[in-house]
Amino acid sequence: MMGEVNAASRPAIGSGFRLQWESAQNAHVLLYPEGMVKLNASAAAILTRCDGVRTVEDIVADLERAFSVNGLGRDVLAFLGLALERHWLELRP
Amino acid sequence: MSEREQAALPRRPGPPLWLLLELTYRCPLHCVFCYNPTDFSSIGCELETAQWLRVLREARALGAVQLGLSGGEPLAREDLETVVAEAHRLGFYTNLITSGIGLTEQRLGALKDAGLDHIQLSFQDSTRRLNDFLSSTRTFELKSRVAALIKKYRYPMVLNVVIHRLNIDHIDDILVMAERMGAEYVELANTQYYGWAWLNRTHLLPSREQLRRAEDVTQRFRQRVGSRMRIFFVVPDYFETRPKPCMNGLGQVFLAVAPDGVALPCHAARTLPGVIFPNVREMSIGAIWYDSPAFNRYRGEAWMKDPCRSCPERARDFGGCRCQAYLLTGDAANADPVCDRSPHHHLVSRIVEQANLAAGAEQPLVFRDHRGAAVAD
Ligand code: SF4
Ligand code: SF4
Repeated sequence: MMGEVNAASRPAIGSGFRLQWESAQNAHVLLYPEGMVKLNASAAAILTRCDGVRTVEDIVADLERAFSVNGLGRDVLAFLGLALERHWLELRP
Repeated sequence: MSEREQAALPRRPGPPLWLLLELTYRCPLHCVFCYNPTDFSSIGCELETAQWLRVLREARALGAVQLGLSGGEPLAREDLETVVAEAHRLGFYTNLITSGIGLTEQRLGALKDAGLDHIQLSFQDSTRRLNDFLSSTRTFELKSRVAALIKKYRYPMVLNVVIHRLNIDHIDDILVMAERMGAEYVELANTQYYGWAWLNRTHLLPSREQLRRAEDVTQRFRQRVGSRMRIFFVVPDYFETRPKPCMNGLGQVFLAVAPDGVALPCHAARTLPGVIFPNVREMSIGAIWYDSPAFNRYRGEAWMKDPCRSCPERARDFGGCRCQAYLLTGDAANADPVCDRSPHHHLVSRIVEQANLAAGAEQPLVFRDHRGAAVAD
């Protein structure tokens, strides 16, 4: 069920979670009930693009443009799979 | 500089990421069935709204981001919505820890509008009340109403039940109740032995046998309900051989403010002797966190004694809980005696053995009917 993320999926931040920039930690963090994950730069670059509107394909293209690299698709999908498993993300129809 | 030398220096800590506001010690649970007016005599000691808001602003400016609102019963404060709204505006993730008593639809709607992120419904009840609760449809209906409201406003249903020797044999009933209430997460947290619980530890600590049965019951229940309900079972640390890394080390990430404004590096820390805890009425949060002797006292490793001082595991557990070390050994700088390297570990073993024996003697009473347990309360 969770593994079904593909190029056409539209991921969004999971309900109960909140993504925000924390200048005190100089990082994006993901907040959830009584907990917090401090995100590294690549995780943040992906998650900030998960707005429930853009597809995975859009997100990958945008990342490749922003960082001037190709072939990010597999890494992004792998990360999204992990994030879905942890409920950081959910898929929008 | 080696890692070891670095760790020994009292480094400037990071920000107090976790802020807990104990808004009030008032708790209508003591008189829930008689609807007595709550005790207004203590109000004078509680911080005023503007003071709580100042605490929020100062802590947030330092980098605090997770906010717990608890008590007593935080709903006893009429300005709870104001506090939540300001916290939300500042960018806190707001967690309300409540018994649910006083949580009307009107208040929940207002809290949701104010930006409340999460609710934890908790039962920090004594045995008598838990048993009343388990047996009384009236209380059950009250809690169920609250649970339904929580769902209606699209919060996950998170239930926290404090477990001890006198209710641990009812874990089955507790889980069934949680299921009927539609709980999605249930935390069965064993009592931590500080304060009142410490004084009554021989009445509250379960036996190994009780623990084992409770874990079995929980495991079977998990298998039946599957992913519908996630259950966390927290074993009392007396049964371990290594202490918990208490609070990630005192003064590292956690800051609590008591109703009267006293700032604490752990809500149990008030028991530590010879420490004067600063008050937010007199000091800024920044000065309290970075400069006060109370918050600096157990930072770094200079305060440690043997065996922690030279222990390879000290960076993992920081020597355990200071309050527990003080309560059991009389010196807060000793190793937490839960650790089997502590020369005082036998004190913990003895309490566990006593619990094993005593539970054997009392078991029939607790088991046979709920009122039996209430008598033992
Ligand atoms: S001796 Fe101290 S530092 Fe080492 S494991 Fe025990 S409590 Fe932790
Ligand atoms: S040391 Fe004190 S402060 Fe820390 S967890 Fe233990 S009780 Fe709490």
